[in-house]
Amino acid sequence: MSAETAAEQIAEHGAEHGATAAGHATEAASGGMPQLDFATFPNQIFWLVVALVVLYFILSRVALPRIGSVLAERTGTITNDIAAAESFKTQAAEAEAAYHKALDDARAAAAKVIEDARAEIQKDLDVAIAKADAEIAARTAESEVRIGEIRDSAAEAVTTVAKDTTKEILGVFGVKADARSVTAAVSSNLKGGAA
Amino acid sequence: MAAEEHGEGLAFHPMDQFIVRPLFGDGDVGVFTITNATLWMALSVLAIALLFIVGTKGRAIIPTRIQSIAELAYGFIHKMVEDVAGKDALKFFPYIFTVFLFIVASNFLGLLPKAFTPTSHIAVTAVLAIGVFLTVTIVGFYKNGVGFLGLFWVSSAPLALRPILALIEIISYFVRPVSHSIRLAGNMMAGHAVIKVFAAFAPLILISGIGIAVTPLSIIAITAMYGLEILVAFIQAYVFTILTCVYLKDALHPHH
Repeated sequence: MSAETAAEQIAEHGAEHGATAAGHATEAASGGMPQLDFATFPNQIFWLVVALVVLYFILSRVALPRIGSVLAERTGTITNDIAAAESFKTQAAEAEAAYHKALDDARAAAAKVIEDARAEIQKDLDVAIAKADAEIAARTAESEVRIGEIRDSAAEAVTTVAKDTTKEILGVFGVKADARSVTAAVSSNLKGGAA
Repeated sequence: MAAEEHGEGLAFHPMDQFIVRPLFGDGDVGVFTITNATLWMALSVLAIALLFIVGTKGRAIIPTRIQSIAELAYGFIHKMVEDVAGKDALKFFPYIFTVFLFIVASNFLGLLPKAFTPTSHIAVTAVLAIGVFLTVTIVGFYKNGVGFLGLFWVSSAPLALRPILALIEIISYFVRPVSHSIRLAGNMMAGHAVIKVFAAFAPLILISGIGIAVTPLSIIAITAMYGLEILVAFIQAYVFTILTCVYLKDALHPHH
């Protein structure tokens, strides 16, 4: 039925194009269009229908479900992978935040330890310095007293030795000198020598 | 055959490539005779089967090149059906895809030298177009009942004009399969015939001095036409398919 319809349409158009209506010829029309050789129509239509039916079953039964499932699977895989990547990213961000927090805490703790240690050392140092200063002051004072003593006793010893030596020298020269004048003379000489 | 005896010595048989012949023997072309048309239709089916069954055998998440081609074709037509005809047209996707692949495979295989192009025959394209026409008409009435006739009743037009418009719409509806089939067959036939005419001029250099100019020109022309035909082979398959989708949209949603 469809073949006849087609044939009619073709016949009309064939006439339009000025092709000779040699379509009836059973052998291929060498003068006209082989497309209008209606003797070949049943053959072409039969094999076309066979080809289309075979193709339809190949595609609808095997190829299309397969490609459809592959595409769906791929979409699923990609969606899952993106979701997984997203969650890994979140985890990584969390881990980074935790790491930074731990680092900051550790830094703060370390700073505190250093500060404490420094304060303690400073305190010990202050105490030690104060003690040392006190000791130094005490020793200085003691030393000054003793230096004073030594100086006094040394001056006294010089006077005594000078008096005695003078007395002895005068005795050798035969002069009798009284103790008071010798003492006065030695004292004045010593003063002059010191001056 | 007769032209060979003509004086010039150039053989012009641009239409001989379209002759349907028995593949074995010289008998008549009966309904079940295996002809060159049978062979090239079978090769189309085979090529598609190779691409879509062997090519997708791996079912790989990361596709091979051949699987990619199959998936691209699938996605291309699937998207076209969905975009043009709507989501509810997707149950016709295997049918539309079959038609598209058959046309595209026949067109491209027909570009091989010595090949026969089934889609250059009006008998073939008419069956395809009438198949689409019947499908669309039956689906239209099945889905919408008498409401499918609303397709011809342009309710946005003034009432007085509507009967005239209805007549025009009905005529254009019935002309659809004619233009649908002749567009494809005509394009395929014309291109192949033109290539053949240029090819007939190519050996002129062996016969006459003017061939020094004509032969290179005709070879260049064949090359250019061949490039154009590659484009046409795809575009005509695309046009046939997208028109099928448009008609299907009318059947599913006649009031849009």
